[in-house]
Amino acid sequence: MNKILFSAVSKKFVMALAGLFLLLFLPVHLGINLMLLKNDPEPFNSAAHFMATFPLIKVVEVLLFLTILIHVTYGIILQILNWLSRPVGYKVRNKSETTAFSRFMIWTGLSVLTFLVIHFFNFYFIKLGLVEGDPENFYSVAWQLFSIPGYVILYWICFLLLGFHLYHALQSAFQTLGLSNEFWKPVIRAISLIYAIAVPVGFAIIPLVIWLFK
Amino acid sequence: MITLNSKIPDGPLEEKWTKYKKEAKLVNPANKKKLDIIVVGTGISGAPAASSLGEMGYNVKVFCYQDTPRRAHSVAAQGGINAAKNYKNDGDSVYRLFYDVIKGGDFRAREANVYRIAEVSNQIIDHFTAIGVPFAREYGGTLTTRSFGGVQVSRTFYSSGQTGQQVLLGAYSSLNRQIKAGTVTMFPRREMLDLVIIDGKARGIIVRNLITGEIERHSAHAVVLATGGYGTIYYLSTLAVNSNASAAWKAYRRGAAFANPSFVQIHPSSVPQMNEFQSKLTLMSESLRNDGRVWVPKAKGDRRPANEIPEEERDYYLERRYPAFGNLVPRDVASRAAKERCDAGYGVGPTGLAVNLDFRDAIKKQGKKAIEEKYGNLFEMYRDITGIDSYEEPMRIYPAGHYTMGGLWVDYELMTTITGLFAIGEANFSDHGANRLGASSLMQGAGDGYFILPYTISNYLAPEIKVPRIKTDTPEFQEAEERAVERINRLLSVKGKQTATDFHKKLGKIMWDHCGMTRTEAGLTEALRLIRELREEFWKDLAVPGSADELNQELEKAGRVADFLELGELMVTDALNRRESCGAHFREESQTPDHEALRNDDEYAYVAVWEYNNDQPPVLHREQLKFEFVELKQRSYK
Amino acid sequence: MKLKLKIWKQKNARSGGAFETYDLDGVAPEMSFVEMLALLNQTLVQQGREPVAFDHDCHEGICGSCGMYINGYPHGPVKGLTTCLLSMRHFKDGETIVIEPWRAKPFPVVKDLIVDRSALDKIQVAGGFISVTTGAAADANAVLVSKKKSDLAFDSAACIGCGACVAACKNASAMLFVSAKISQYALLPQGKPEAKERVRAMIAEMDKQSFGSCSNTGACEAQCPKQIKLFNIARLNREYYKAF
Repeated sequence: MNKILFSAVSKKFVMALAGLFLLLFLPVHLGINLMLLKNDPEPFNSAAHFMATFPLIKVVEVLLFLTILIHVTYGIILQILNWLSRPVGYKVRNKSETTAFSRFMIWTGLSVLTFLVIHFFNFYFIKLGLVEGDPENFYSVAWQLFSIPGYVILYWICFLLLGFHLYHALQSAFQTLGLSNEFWKPVIRAISLIYAIAVPVGFAIIPLVIWLFK
Repeated sequence: MITLNSKIPDGPLEEKWTKYKKEAKLVNPANKKKLDIIVVGTGISGAPAASSLGEMGYNVKVFCYQDTPRRAHSVAAQGGINAAKNYKNDGDSVYRLFYDVIKGGDFRAREANVYRIAEVSNQIIDHFTAIGVPFAREYGGTLTTRSFGGVQVSRTFYSSGQTGQQVLLGAYSSLNRQIKAGTVTMFPRREMLDLVIIDGKARGIIVRNLITGEIERHSAHAVVLATGGYGTIYYLSTLAVNSNASAAWKAYRRGAAFANPSFVQIHPSSVPQMNEFQSKLTLMSESLRNDGRVWVPKAKGDRRPANEIPEEERDYYLERRYPAFGNLVPRDVASRAAKERCDAGYGVGPTGLAVNLDFRDAIKKQGKKAIEEKYGNLFEMYRDITGIDSYEEPMRIYPAGHYTMGGLWVDYELMTTITGLFAIGEANFSDHGANRLGASSLMQGAGDGYFILPYTISNYLAPEIKVPRIKTDTPEFQEAEERAVERINRLLSVKGKQTATDFHKKLGKIMWDHCGMTRTEAGLTEALRLIRELREEFWKDLAVPGSADELNQELEKAGRVADFLELGELMVTDALNRRESCGAHFREESQTPDHEALRNDDEYAYVAVWEYNNDQPPVLHREQLKFEFVELKQRSYK
Repeated sequence: MKLKLKIWKQKNARSGGAFETYDLDGVAPEMSFVEMLALLNQTLVQQGREPVAFDHDCHEGICGSCGMYINGYPHGPVKGLTTCLLSMRHFKDGETIVIEPWRAKPFPVVKDLIVDRSALDKIQVAGGFISVTTGAAADANAVLVSKKKSDLAFDSAACIGCGACVAACKNASAMLFVSAKISQYALLPQGKPEAKERVRAMIAEMDKQSFGSCSNTGACEAQCPKQIKLFNIARLNREYYKAF
């Protein structure tokens, strides 16, 4: 049984499921963030408050963290095993044709993780009381952060990398779950492309709009 | 001195095999475990034999020179595999298959053997289908067939142009199942260097581990050679470049008689040679002649591009000469006809040594897609090699050495003249006479391995149950090993200037020129002299780098070429002896007024069986062929 | 044509290796890549030098013996071809060609460009078969199979076991190879009875041989000389989940 639960295919299966769950969460987060564009901090703060206190969300939150943990841990474990599968590499760079961004998942993934950690320091750890700050006014925290040019540039770079990650991630998840075939492959690819552009762009335009119009 | 006893059961043709099976001795399951069998070769007869014997419970050891059994050259068979299923309702039957093979072989094969292979042909298809071989199918879900040369029914089962690959991988999968079950042990990258005979019985082999160079001894109660043919003697042939005759040749030198060595099939359709560095000729399946029309220009030396030559200026010489069979005449006939046209100056292509195989009409009639479905991979392969798109212009083809009907002499039980040594598939001589019909090699190989050898070898092994496991520390093993080592050292110690390949090319040219598609007394006599000279030169001027205790591909080649240099002489001797034309063996002195092969049944209706006689000329034994059930006729495909 | 060849030379599995550079003249554009190497070896042996060891046999792209990593591509830069069918007209006069052996932990170098691919056999031995004993089969037409499924099964079964997929994959994964076999049997009714045991056993063996996992980069499909499709891997995954 262990062989089945921890086989390479099963590990990928778990990663794919975890990844898809995270993909569901992103649009929700984006929806709340878009409230930052309102001049009134009230809707955003109350949404944040709701997310922080509503019991059901609490459960989802634990699940979310678990998912991130699993996705990241499995990703790193698989990557290390994969590196070990070729202890002696080629001297000439491998030029075999691959799908866009698929070769760099570990790097785009780790970049997003780094951003996530910063993000936790800025918001989530405040809420947990680990870092000093006012958990009831994330609106002003966000606005303040977006006023730092260096932070915004970092923010944009991270979302660009997230887009790269997502484009391959979504297609790959379907393939790993065994849901891809000749007919669906182009459809899945199109959806991946739309998702991978729409979500990161959605996040990225917030500081831009704030800069330009507020 | 050997005596030939073909051990053909008496009785009516249709009952011989049934009778044999009824009377054959059996080995009980508990005893099978105590009996060891060595199988050398993992092609379409070796892999089936090994897996079937493993399934039965014998302890089987299998050897191949490749890194995995799946690469045996049967993998490259393209066109298909014959069976008398009569799925097309076109009047096929076991008898008709039998008759076609006997006639196709120009009445130089044993009736009983051929009938038996036709009898088991249907079971082969059933078995391959059951183990997941994806044969081509009709829309209704049943298996489909196509036509092949020399036959007027459609009985060839196929998987695109990769039938050999598909059936071989099927056999390989059965082999794997037995490896997992522990009944079969696989020894890849081993080359057989000698046969060990103890008290007159084959009891083991000496092999070289091609990775480490180690010489190993392996013993068994019986040894099966499934080592294929010797067509690479021509250097340029359709065979894999490493295919060789060494195992069979070693068996010959130990006392297994060699039958009809000069019967070599020259395949009519291979990609023509393009330069002197070419190492091999690529086959274009005979199945292409189902839809392709063979032609040359009517005008001598007409070098216009094929598509610019109008219909009325084309000579569809096969359709002209053989209206009944047209483009689907047997291979020997098609090859000679192509050679005749090219020799007369009508050949096409840069060298003039090629004829056109044109699909224009078939594409017009059936559409490109239908043609692509049937032969897609062949067209692709042709384009990869030549850069020519055959959907747009004709393929150019020329004959090439392909299959050897000759081989180790075996009796009805597939046993050679050495007790306990069996030869199956292309390695034996038994079923194809003087010419093999297309898609019959897979049938014969698989039939021998799956459905014939398991019965006959059990009959031999039944009394052997009292013999304990054969030890390898006997003087016989010692002696055989020393012989093998001595020979390797000899090859390494020449330290001359020419590579094994140089010698192989020279030998190939001698064989092709004088013992190829057509043969003459003078040419053969000349060849004999040339081969002896070349052999002498070989042992004086061979260059083999490196040592014996490492992976050494040049050493491997040298050993094989050394054996070919001896086998070549035997082939020529046999061709000289047979002063008639039959099937692929065409003696110019013996032809009909319209240039067809003219047999001489009164004097040559026999199998020429050659016994090794140390340094003396080989001794000829004759196995008279009795035709009790078919009438000997001049073959006609007109 | 004149070429500069940089070829990986390694005496055996235990020793280290290094590139050696050879200048080769007289290469004809219609030669195949392995014929070009044979010409090199011919020259080397005549000069009393050690030839380059490499696997090759059928020279028609079907046996799967040949395989080397040429200028960054398994089987070279042209799609859908094995090394033995790769013709030299795809290279330029004066070009430098770097040739390396397949690299993967399960494929240790045997000598020079020859690697040990027996790990692939072990996966097949684990379950790549249908357990029907010789003689037990019913008439071949007793089970009908749709032409579409049968054709698809054939497409998967066309795999030649050369290992290019492993060589191309950044993870040295054998998923395309395994999926081709699994697909062939999954698509045919004959393969159904032991489908679960088969896929479990083959995946377990694949892991045991320390092949990497699949990142769906598609490099295997791009380099496969028989153009085995990536969908086979999706089907393999599906078959595997069904086996729980």
